Amino acid sequence: MKITRQAFLALLAAAARAFPRPRRMAMAIDLAKCWKDRGCTRCSQACHAAHNVPQIPDRRREIKWIWKDRFENAFGEESASPAVAGAPVPLLCNHCEHPACVKVCPTGATFKRASDGLVMMDEHRCIGCRYCMAACPYGSRSFNWSDPRPFLRTIDPAYPTRTKGVVEKCTFCAERLARGGQPACVEVCPPKAMVFGDAADPSSAVAQLLQTRHAFRRKPELGAGPNVFYLL
Amino acid sequence: MTVLAKAMLGGRAYRWWLTALAAAIVTGVLLWLRQWHQGLAVTGMSRDVAWGLYIGQFTFFVGVAASAVTVVLPYYLHAWRAFARVVILGELLAIASIVVSLLFVLVDMGRPDRLLNVLLHPSPSSLMFWDMLALAGYLALNVIVARAALAAEIDGAPPATWTRGLVLLSIPWAVSIHTVTAFLYAGLAGRPFWLTAAMAPRFLASAFAAGPALLILLCGAFRYDIGEEALCKLRLVMTYAMTANVFLALMEVFTAFYSGIPGHAAPYSSWTWLSGGFAAAALALALGRSRYAPAAVFASLAIDKGVVLIPAGFIPSPSGAVTPYIPTAVELGIVLAIWSVGALLVTILFRVAIAARELDAGASPQCLAS
Amino acid sequence: MSERAIIATGIALFLAAACFPFYRNAAAPPRPLVLPLPAGERECIAPVAYMRASHGDLLLAWRDRVVRSGERVFTAPDGRVRELSLTRTCLGCHEKAAFCDRCHDYVAIGPDCWNCHVDPRRPQ
Ligand code: SF4
Ligand code: SF4
Repeated sequence: MKITRQAFLALLAAAARAFPRPRRMAMAIDLAKCWKDRGCTRCSQACHAAHNVPQIPDRRREIKWIWKDRFENAFGEESASPAVAGAPVPLLCNHCEHPACVKVCPTGATFKRASDGLVMMDEHRCIGCRYCMAACPYGSRSFNWSDPRPFLRTIDPAYPTRTKGVVEKCTFCAERLARGGQPACVEVCPPKAMVFGDAADPSSAVAQLLQTRHAFRRKPELGAGPNVFYLL
Repeated sequence: MTVLAKAMLGGRAYRWWLTALAAAIVTGVLLWLRQWHQGLAVTGMSRDVAWGLYIGQFTFFVGVAASAVTVVLPYYLHAWRAFARVVILGELLAIASIVVSLLFVLVDMGRPDRLLNVLLHPSPSSLMFWDMLALAGYLALNVIVARAALAAEIDGAPPATWTRGLVLLSIPWAVSIHTVTAFLYAGLAGRPFWLTAAMAPRFLASAFAAGPALLILLCGAFRYDIGEEALCKLRLVMTYAMTANVFLALMEVFTAFYSGIPGHAAPYSSWTWLSGGFAAAALALALGRSRYAPAAVFASLAIDKGVVLIPAGFIPSPSGAVTPYIPTAVELGIVLAIWSVGALLVTILFRVAIAARELDAGASPQCLAS
Repeated sequence: MSERAIIATGIALFLAAACFPFYRNAAAPPRPLVLPLPAGERECIAPVAYMRASHGDLLLAWRDRVVRSGERVFTAPDGRVRELSLTRTCLGCHEKAAFCDRCHDYVAIGPDCWNCHVDPRRPQ
């Protein structure tokens, strides 16, 4: 059977649709921009409002998806020169290439999505064993020690709350990406310090930043392959 | 009355003991219901210290279960006749310990109602999956073997030959349950205190000290004479294993402090040192052949492995914070209740085994099994 | 009375008491439940008989498609494309309290969807 050039191209296109190139969603955070206002908490406010993250007064039981910690706590005592020591760094789930949380989860409640690399949480399936919290080297996961609803002043019905006894974390706003949007923190950031996109696509803004700027990640020695990069 | 029924009856002290255990268990169930309604916020655990007493006690009792091998192996593999009277007790203790350790896992879960998800969505990359398989298999092996041995003893016959294969299988299986339990912790890149190849060997050493120590204590409590030679050998196993455990602990201290890596030294708080000190003191008593050695060895390991090891692994947190962990009264009540379940199982199982043994040694079966 | 008779009477009394709800329900006249249907809509996303019997399975399947496979839309049997969403698609038409809850109360079951998912009409 002879195959025309046109049919061949159509076949190629169909194959590309059937086996789409996996994307690798990543975030680059420009710390110099972020530090223009060190007291800013807009990213965590926007995230926590969009996802019904409760404000729990007891710090030991708190739930957080994106928050700030001191530079030396994020990157280690010895990587903080006096110039950056004490400066606040936004922290969130790194959506690791080799996520320890996914490896240890006994139910598949947390899993890495093949299509775009997002590390997802299926709170319907989680048994609350907290093995993932022991495994995550970045402290990105929170457990619902009690019913979160009494700690929510307003509930956005567009997003479910969680229930007591399950683990939760940042999902890179999978629900917004599905509608073609950007993560809530990225969108709200006043100095546009966060850039989010497909790092596997060389033309994306995040790939370009990683090409041209010095980027570093948390705890690179562990080999987890974080997909949240920091620029300085 | 049958042997079994007779073994359940006892005097005044015995009835008080059962009443106390039942009271502790009922209290624990009520406390657990409270935990179920209010969530694990009723415990002292936190975002930074995600596991506490429950998982610590789970780990410790998996060790006690594995330690049956310290009597099973010499008796079956090396034909140490001295252990003839104690080997069944080792197997029964293993059964009670597995039940206890599984209960500790259950009370630690945020959503125990979804327990079956572990089987519905099996995840071979998770060591928890393998640990559950190993523990369930070990429980089944010991139940079958111990039941056959007891039945044979009540009939005054030697154990059926088919059990021998299962007994031999239970030896490597015992080693595997505690190795896999060590792997739960020793494979986590982000927890330097646990990230050590010595974890599994140390788990086995401490288990093989705690198990015989508990067996000696229990034989004393039941006034069951296992013979001078068996006692002597159990103490020997306990002392050697405890020596190995303390030695391995010192190796950890050397690596943590000589390497000078901050994350490796940080978990050594005053609690770690205190429980290490207890272990050293218990070892000294064992080496000095003190009669208090078994109690000291058991208590120091129940603290070191059952209380300190797990929370210490969460110090410091991934961002360097030190969050103290103090168990709450609710947590302690639930722990006490699970211990009581274990004690109840041991009481009943040991009484049956001892009654069967005495029957075997003395009177003919007919006159008792009326 | 012999021990046996006492035990047998006890068991019989217990069974009679335990089965009480069954005869009570069997004796009572049936109370059909009429659910308010959304105004202006004639058909649900699938035939009513199917929805009545299998909406639970359907929702579980949707849940897995959204959460685990990242699919967000589907084509209903009537050809319309809809979002796979309890909150937006189902509760966009039906009212939770008047529809879901009333029937769940009627058949005495308590699905735990609402521990997390929220009625957009009454977000608390
Ligand atoms: S940062 Fe933690 S929670 Fe996020 S993917 Fe990596 S290991 Fe998992
Ligand atoms: S707590 Fe939930 S998500 Fe985490 S390991 Fe256990 S089952 Fe998986």
